[in-house]
Amino acid sequence: MSNRLENANPVIFQRSGERLLTASEEDEDVHDPIDEREIFDILQSINDPEHPLSLEELNVVEQVRVKVDDPGNTVGIEFTPTIPHCSMATLIGLSIKVKLLRSLPDRFKIDVHITPGSHASEDAVNKQLADKERVAAALENSSLLEVVNQCLSTRNI
Amino acid sequence: MATDCPLLLGLVEEFVSGLVDSKAKDAAAGSTLTSDYFVVISPPCLTSSQPHTRARGVQLLSEVLSECSGSLTEKEVLPPGSAVSILRSLFQDVHVQSLMLVERACVYNMLLNLMATRETELKSLGSDFVFGFVQSMDGERDPRNLLLAFQIASNIIHQGYDLGKFAEELFEVTSCYFPIDFSPPPNDPHGITKEELILALRAILTGTSKFAEFLLPLIIEKVDSDVQSAKLDSLQTLAACVSQYDHKDLAEFLEGLWTSIRREVFHTSSEKIEAAGLSALTALTSCVSRSVLSSDSEDCLSTFLNLVIKDCKHHLSEPDLRLVWPSAKLLQAACSASIRASHIITAAVMPSLIEQYNSRTQCSHRRTLLEVGQKFVQSLNVSLLTEENALSPYRSSLCSIVFSALSETNDSLEITATQLLTSLAQQQGLLEESDIELAVDHLTKLLLTEEDERVVAAVDCAGALAALHPGQFISKMIPRLRIEIVDFVCVIGMVRQRCLSALASVSSQPIIIQQSTPVLLELISAAHTGSVPFTVEDVVLACRSLQRIAEQVQDTEDTGRCFHDIIIPRLLSLALQAALQGEDAPRPSPLVEESVLSAMVPVISTSCSRLQPKLAEETAFKAVSLFLNGNVSFLPDNSFPSNIQLLKGDCWRQSQMVCLLMACVCSSPRTVEVPHLDELLSALEELSCSSSHTLSYTSAAKCFAGLINKRSPGAALDSLIQRTVKRVFSELESPNSTVHFQVFTLMIWVAKALLIRYHPQSTALTDKLFSLLDDADLGWVAADGFSLLMSDSSDILNKACHADLRIMYRQRFFSENSKKLVQGFHAATERKPNYLKALSNIVNKLPKQVQVTELPALLSLLLEALSCPDLSVQLSTLSCLEPVLVDPPPALIQQLEALVSRLLALTSSPAMVVRIGSLRCIHALSHFPAHEILPFRARVLRALAKPLDDKKRLVRSEAVRARGEWFLLGSPGGR
Repeated sequence: MSNRLENANPVIFQRSGERLLTASEEDEDVHDPIDEREIFDILQSINDPEHPLSLEELNVVEQVRVKVDDPGNTVGIEFTPTIPHCSMATLIGLSIKVKLLRSLPDRFKIDVHITPGSHASEDAVNKQLADKERVAAALENSSLLEVVNQCLSTRNI
Repeated sequence: MATDCPLLLGLVEEFVSGLVDSKAKDAAAGSTLTSDYFVVISPPCLTSSQPHTRARGVQLLSEVLSECSGSLTEKEVLPPGSAVSILRSLFQDVHVQSLMLVERACVYNMLLNLMATRETELKSLGSDFVFGFVQSMDGERDPRNLLLAFQIASNIIHQGYDLGKFAEELFEVTSCYFPIDFSPPPNDPHGITKEELILALRAILTGTSKFAEFLLPLIIEKVDSDVQSAKLDSLQTLAACVSQYDHKDLAEFLEGLWTSIRREVFHTSSEKIEAAGLSALTALTSCVSRSVLSSDSEDCLSTFLNLVIKDCKHHLSEPDLRLVWPSAKLLQAACSASIRASHIITAAVMPSLIEQYNSRTQCSHRRTLLEVGQKFVQSLNVSLLTEENALSPYRSSLCSIVFSALSETNDSLEITATQLLTSLAQQQGLLEESDIELAVDHLTKLLLTEEDERVVAAVDCAGALAALHPGQFISKMIPRLRIEIVDFVCVIGMVRQRCLSALASVSSQPIIIQQSTPVLLELISAAHTGSVPFTVEDVVLACRSLQRIAEQVQDTEDTGRCFHDIIIPRLLSLALQAALQGEDAPRPSPLVEESVLSAMVPVISTSCSRLQPKLAEETAFKAVSLFLNGNVSFLPDNSFPSNIQLLKGDCWRQSQMVCLLMACVCSSPRTVEVPHLDELLSALEELSCSSSHTLSYTSAAKCFAGLINKRSPGAALDSLIQRTVKRVFSELESPNSTVHFQVFTLMIWVAKALLIRYHPQSTALTDKLFSLLDDADLGWVAADGFSLLMSDSSDILNKACHADLRIMYRQRFFSENSKKLVQGFHAATERKPNYLKALSNIVNKLPKQVQVTELPALLSLLLEALSCPDLSVQLSTLSCLEPVLVDPPPALIQQLEALVSRLLALTSSPAMVVRIGSLRCIHALSHFPAHEILPFRARVLRALAKPLDDKKRLVRSEAVRARGEWFLLGSPGGR
């Protein structure tokens, strides 16, 4: 990582509150489908690699950019790097992907890509993230895994 | 005695040369006189050329000294002057830091010792003492010794030793440890913490203003460093030290300090550092505010504040409001320091804030400005205010802002405006009558038309305003609310609910209560007669509002009269009218419903528990005569028949009213005498053992227990208890009895009443309870009974009811009885789950400290309980395990295998609460020492894949959290 921050003064967004508990969620017999908000709640706490802020606070992930098809077993995420030349885009995408792999049942096919038009080398990053073997290989690399794990650690200040 | 001298000298020499260990010590300690000689002869061994000898000499000297001061404090053992001679030779001849750890500790202890006993002598040494000490502690590294050395230094400063020209030396030798950076090794047996060292050092550095010129530059330097903990410590030290300083000490550093604080608040990511910075600024400002103005010098408060204002104010008016919060917080911190500061800052900031607000058009900006304004008003310390409020010049413009914001359509703007109004209202004497009138209008409108959060804010605001300006509320708001509540039949339930809570919220002054409670009583009475079709919920809400009023109103004779003379008789009368209606009444009154009666109980018991014993006594007298003799003369609307017998239990509608009797007689202060007590007790016992209506017999048992708990000890009480116990036991043992449950209920309540006051006869009852665990019919209920014994009940036998309640009764009960449970469990054959349930009920209510110490003995039982098929046992065991897992005792780690496999099995339980509980425990397990749990990682991750696809969202989210933590375990960058 270079010593200079690429985006030293990012715009910070307000965090959404806790999901409100509904009566049906407390009812034993109702089946709650996995929905967009649930996926978003999984992702919102991921830390940014550069800032002591979460991806939600930087508006990198948004609930409207999460697509879920629970019966069809697919999840699609679009994430928006804070600046078009962000060199961390791949790393952020990888963190999102790993977090979902760890948090979702393995029946889901997970697709993570950059919001169209928000990054200079969009296609290259998308291709890397979609390639299963490259993702697996990246996670074999212990220094890369270390950074990803740091992004996924719960913050305690 | 002189003959002792050579002998002793010999012994000392032997000792110091390392030949004999204990004789010299014994000799010195054994005789008081010898210590005189000892002191005379010991200095030579300190000057010995052998380092080893000197070390032993120091050790011996220290031990002898502590012996002297420890056992013979009343006698001055050391001859005058000897302390000085010891110290002189110590400081001159011993190079303390070349000694071993233990011997250095001896030196410090010796100094502490002498400081405690020989203060005047040491002070006569003057600054030489300080110099000697500085030399001996210079270079100390061991935290244990440092704590001692810090103690000495702090004594030097706080007990007024002469620092002379060595102030800087003393500062140097201590401040080199600042900021403390120490992390104790794992399993540190000495238990020294970083906090201890920090506080000890802070006491020295902040102790005297002589250090100011050295400390302040050091603080600036450390705040500017990159280490977070150093910043925090420095800012806290700064806040602590300026309280001792004069503004002259600060003058030359003010600018540097301000720059550092400003930078930290503007740029930090840590809330702790921000808070420390702000409180340092407040402390600085209040120190500068203490300065006395002289005619020729400049006013350093206004100089300093001008600096603050110059750096912060422009941020408040920047177009994107980016740094508005940090700047506002800094200004508010300075503002809250003193009256003068608040005047200066308000005058500088308020006009521009008001102007900004009026010129902005975006709602979010206006809201931010409004919030800033609110925080400013809040920061004006109410206790500081004198006749002239700093806000007075801006009252009218602030009010017009608030009222214009209140009529906007934007939710959050309205909420913030209400909060600002609340803060303004809390400033004594600021708002004028016309403002209040407008405010009341706006609030009433909000209450009636808006929904959700805005109403909550409006209700709070109304409460704050009403406490200071009751007049407007009586004349305008309450009549309006009354119309909404009672007259508008068709209003939706939500509005009525809001009006009720608003009514409760404004009723904090006696004068308002006299207007507001009649409205609530009118509702209850209309519900009874059926003139307005109120539901049971409406009546319950009205009772809740009455309860809230009873809780929050000032405890005066007037309010007590209002409750005891009007409200309680009225409630009793309405309930009695409802109870006397026969089955054939056209429309059953809601007032016979259990939920309504249970809501009335706290209204009565709260007002009886207030500190008006005379009134409570009157009410108790009236209630007892009503229930025992059917005396209805004190009730309003008196058209009752003359032969009322409420405690006879023939009709459940009448007998259930005993819960109101309980509220009247069981919650008053202990000095209140209940009339006809024996007669009342036997009637209650009879009702509780014979009625078949649950609310009736339970309330009778509770009332009985409540009275027994407060009855003064003595033969009368003992024989009464014996009689009851005998009756209970014989009923329980007779197989044909039809009142098992009734008698059991009485037993458990009496047991609780006696247990919490440590009455010796409680043991008979609790032992019976333990034996009932093995009973076929009552075993399960008995296990549940333990939860009743251990928890606080809301309506009776608690502190608010003035019950005789010893705070440690749970621990005591547990330590006396846990063995019985374990034995019973092992002896039982079929009904083991009852024991587990009883155990989890008991353990659940114990404080965590007790749980942790008792856990090893019970661990096997708790693990057993995890695999018990009963859901409630699993659940309560999980909930008592979870806090223990945060800081696991070693005994638990040895049982890890059993724990993990049982918890994992529970993640597929049919009950979602159990699944959630077990996942939380598994989450907590991930923070155990890594080497202990690493072997389980793969297994846990595999097992947690299943709950990720649970059908309940709440379970899934716990699984996600737990699995995420276990993935990080043992992985690079993780844990």
